[in-house]
Amino acid sequence: MEALLALTIGVLVATAVYLMLARNVLRFIFGLVLISNAANLTIFVAGRLTAGAPPLIPEGAKAPVGEVANALPQALVLTAIVIGFGLFAFALVLMFRAYTHLGTLYSDDMQVAEPRSTASTPSHLTKDTQMTERPAE
Amino acid sequence: MADPQHTQTSSQAGWIGLVPAVLSLALFAAFASQLPAIAAGDVQRLVWEWVPALGISLSFLLDGLSLTFALLISGIGGMVFLYANTYLAGHPQLTRFMLFLTGFMLAMLGLVLADNLIALFVFWELTTITSYLLIGFGHATENGRRSALQALFVTGAGALALLAGFILLGITAGTFEISALMAQGDTLRAHALYLPILILIIAGTFTKSAQFPFHFWLPNAMAAPTPVSAFLHSATMVKAGVYLMARLYPTLSGTDVWFWTLTIAGAFTALFASVLALRQTDLKQALAYTTLMALGTLTLFLGQSSSYAITGFVTFLVVHSLYKAALFLVVGCIDHATGSRDAETLGGLGRAMPVTAAAAALAALSMAGLPPFLGFIGKELLYAGILALDAKVLIFAAALIASNVLMFAVAGIVALRPFWGRAHGVPPRAPTEAPLFMLIGPVILGALGLMLGLFPAGLQTALVDPAVASLLGQDTKAKTLTLWHGVNLPLILSGATIAAGVMLYLTHRPARAALVWLDDRTPSFDAGWDRFLKGLKALAAWQTRYLQTGVLRNYIAATLATVLVAIAGTMFARNAWPQMPDISDASWPLIAICLFTCAGAVMTALTSSRIAAMAALGVVGIGVALVFIVFSAPDVAITQLLVETLVVVLVAVALLRLPLLDQNGRDTRPRDAALAIGLGATVTAVILAVLEAPLDRRLTSFFETASWPEAFGRNIVNVILVDFRALDTFGEIAVVVIAALSAYALLRATSPAPNTPPRDTPTRQIATPSRAERSNS
Amino acid sequence: MNSIILQVGTRYLAGILILFSLYMLLRGHNEPGGGFIGGLIGSTGFILYALACGTAQARAALHIMPQNIAVAGLGIALLAGIAAALFGDALFTGQWLFLNATEDSKGLPLSTVLIFDIGVYLVVFGAILSIVFAMEEEI
Repeated sequence: MEALLALTIGVLVATAVYLMLARNVLRFIFGLVLISNAANLTIFVAGRLTAGAPPLIPEGAKAPVGEVANALPQALVLTAIVIGFGLFAFALVLMFRAYTHLGTLYSDDMQVAEPRSTASTPSHLTKDTQMTERPAE
Repeated sequence: MADPQHTQTSSQAGWIGLVPAVLSLALFAAFASQLPAIAAGDVQRLVWEWVPALGISLSFLLDGLSLTFALLISGIGGMVFLYANTYLAGHPQLTRFMLFLTGFMLAMLGLVLADNLIALFVFWELTTITSYLLIGFGHATENGRRSALQALFVTGAGALALLAGFILLGITAGTFEISALMAQGDTLRAHALYLPILILIIAGTFTKSAQFPFHFWLPNAMAAPTPVSAFLHSATMVKAGVYLMARLYPTLSGTDVWFWTLTIAGAFTALFASVLALRQTDLKQALAYTTLMALGTLTLFLGQSSSYAITGFVTFLVVHSLYKAALFLVVGCIDHATGSRDAETLGGLGRAMPVTAAAAALAALSMAGLPPFLGFIGKELLYAGILALDAKVLIFAAALIASNVLMFAVAGIVALRPFWGRAHGVPPRAPTEAPLFMLIGPVILGALGLMLGLFPAGLQTALVDPAVASLLGQDTKAKTLTLWHGVNLPLILSGATIAAGVMLYLTHRPARAALVWLDDRTPSFDAGWDRFLKGLKALAAWQTRYLQTGVLRNYIAATLATVLVAIAGTMFARNAWPQMPDISDASWPLIAICLFTCAGAVMTALTSSRIAAMAALGVVGIGVALVFIVFSAPDVAITQLLVETLVVVLVAVALLRLPLLDQNGRDTRPRDAALAIGLGATVTAVILAVLEAPLDRRLTSFFETASWPEAFGRNIVNVILVDFRALDTFGEIAVVVIAALSAYALLRATSPAPNTPPRDTPTRQIATPSRAERSNS
Repeated sequence: MNSIILQVGTRYLAGILILFSLYMLLRGHNEPGGGFIGGLIGSTGFILYALACGTAQARAALHIMPQNIAVAGLGIALLAGIAAALFGDALFTGQWLFLNATEDSKGLPLSTVLIFDIGVYLVVFGAILSIVFAMEEEI
């Protein structure tokens, strides 16, 4: 069972990576959702799988009866899902703002902070290093 | 190259410079009061714990060597402060200047007094920084900025090597205390790390003391105002390197490497610099090169081990500080009075500036090494010291004598010709005698050269004997300082030096012309420095262009590729590949769920329809939720389903205003696909390998057994979240709040740009509305 | 979306969802549920309401700005954690008070753990609503 899920996780990771390498940042965000899911599943599977036995203690007992599912990874995954949602929402808003400000969804064209120039030296470099320039003598 | 504009009148001299002058004279008095104790062989230590865990303390040591330096620093400092207060009177930044100079003086005193390598290093760097600020005091000029940066880079790079050397030395010896290191000389010299330590420390001292081939920054540092040159670049800071070599003399000296490195570098620097000194026409530049010569000579003598050489070293150190500071101050007076420092044109100033001329004469005669000045005694000792060497290294004696001949001529050029020679031009201003406060320094310093020459016994017992003892140990007596040793080889050489010097002085104009011709035809280190910086910049630009493409995809690809290589490489190296997975135990519903999930993921990756991508994402989310349900995680499954719903809601809202997805065309498809498949396969392999290892359930067992009896909860997952690991949960909800507030701020703080771009043709259209526009809309 | 039926229907549905979310929150210590799930369900109710009737109405019904709710929740969770220190335990150690406890039953258990879970509920609830409302309004 675990092996099958391991393969599924592999597929999720592969598709997520492929999406995250796309030019369109909307695809990147889809990839983010997929890789969050893959990470959650990984934690879950690493704690081994138990079918049909939730980690609950029945009325009257002091400890779970029989073998129950591993509670620890479940607790980790639960918070990870909520935090992953927070990250996703922030990334989505960020992307949306980038689009309304820069007018593009293509990460290649988002060049305000790090303008790429076709000239031999990037313009921001020459500006910053002017200080050490030798005086024209 | 004129100093920053300053007014001529001394009446405007404020009181601000008198504060540090009084401070340094008080320090001088305090140090002087220690003279009898130190002369008696006493050594004083003062210790505060600083970083005891690292064996670093703020400890100070007062012995003959550090007292000599401390007296020179505080004494010359006091005169320089007095001088600068008048020299820069009316300068708008006089207060800043005084602050820098005071900071430098205190750092320098700390340097020569420190008894801990790390404390010494901190003071060392403080002198570097204050020196940078002082050289760059005229930062309005391009040349001032360049010179300051050059000095900072060269000495700063050396200091890094020095720090490495100090740390190595401290670790090797087991202590950072210099006084403790002195006793370990023999073991350290035999240690395997001796050579690296020596090389690193010498790299620091040679850059600081401007030894060839790091000499070029010192003449450029003359861009600083003259008082700075007089203080830092003749008497004190450049001698920090020499001081450190002297300080570590008992610890590191005596080996062949020490001897040859210091002797060759010192002799070459001395000769090379004194030849170049003759070439200069700017009086200050000429003095800068003679300073290089002096530093070379001092280094040369530190390479030796005879007591003649060390006595010569200490004496010459004092002599040079006295006359060089005086001469710099004299040149400042000339510059101040006439507005010119050109040796070619100046002449006949002695009539208008008699006191300055007298001070200059006193200093120059000491520099030329004529009796009965202290300079003569120093030179005699140097000659005696160099003659104590083996006959086969007489070449060093020749270099020393040649540089002394040149020094003699330069002394005449700098200090005699401007006053008594014939003028070859008219200076910008008519000369007048310098104001009183600018004369105090040069006159006292010049007169000291004569006084100490006539009565050397006081200097001998007060400074030279204790300082020599600091280097050679208490048992070795210093040689006697006296004007008359009888007719011996040094005296004959002195006579020859004087004769040759006079001849050179008389013929210095054609000689200088020849040197200019030669200098212009040899590559200069200064230009090499510029080429070096240019190359460094080109290298930085190249690697930035190559590595920092500004394309986000490349950064992500590089990051992911690194992850892939790190994980897969480790598994490969450890041969930790898992067995082929056995999936025969999987039930049909689970297989269906997994197939659904995979199909949804692949669909998301390949579709170019936004709705299809959203739906496919939903499929993946629900598939994952089903996995949680099947494997007994109800809490997680509910959370997953709810979050999945919210994701769809948010994406749907956002898509209303976003353009359609383009065709999934990309130029890097093979690379992306390879990376994706590689990472996916690696993650699967890692999980399979993890699953092969036994599971440690101790933590889970604890939660299971403690959940009800201790935390009164039947839902173990919830108990973990809100009780056992409540602090973690608190951190996590804090992250959720921060994410929400950030997203909220991002949405609210800036409203959309007025020109909403076209939907389907996203072009490079950067619309960043101004702050005013944003706040209006 | 101007459908009257949807608007009226949603109003009831949203109320039911809020009630259900509180139920999930309170039972969370013993059955599946808890602050995270409760907060998610509660926010879903208000999101439905906002989709049907507009965010202005939803905000009016909520009375308090959602980001204030989130920060208040964080504060409550912190106070619940600090309370343990007042009783001399390590931070975030649960403190229990059993009302009407008998030999067999524990009566009505009140605890700082429950208060902490309420804080979690409010954080999740407020955080999600502040993002969704803002997106609805800005986009």
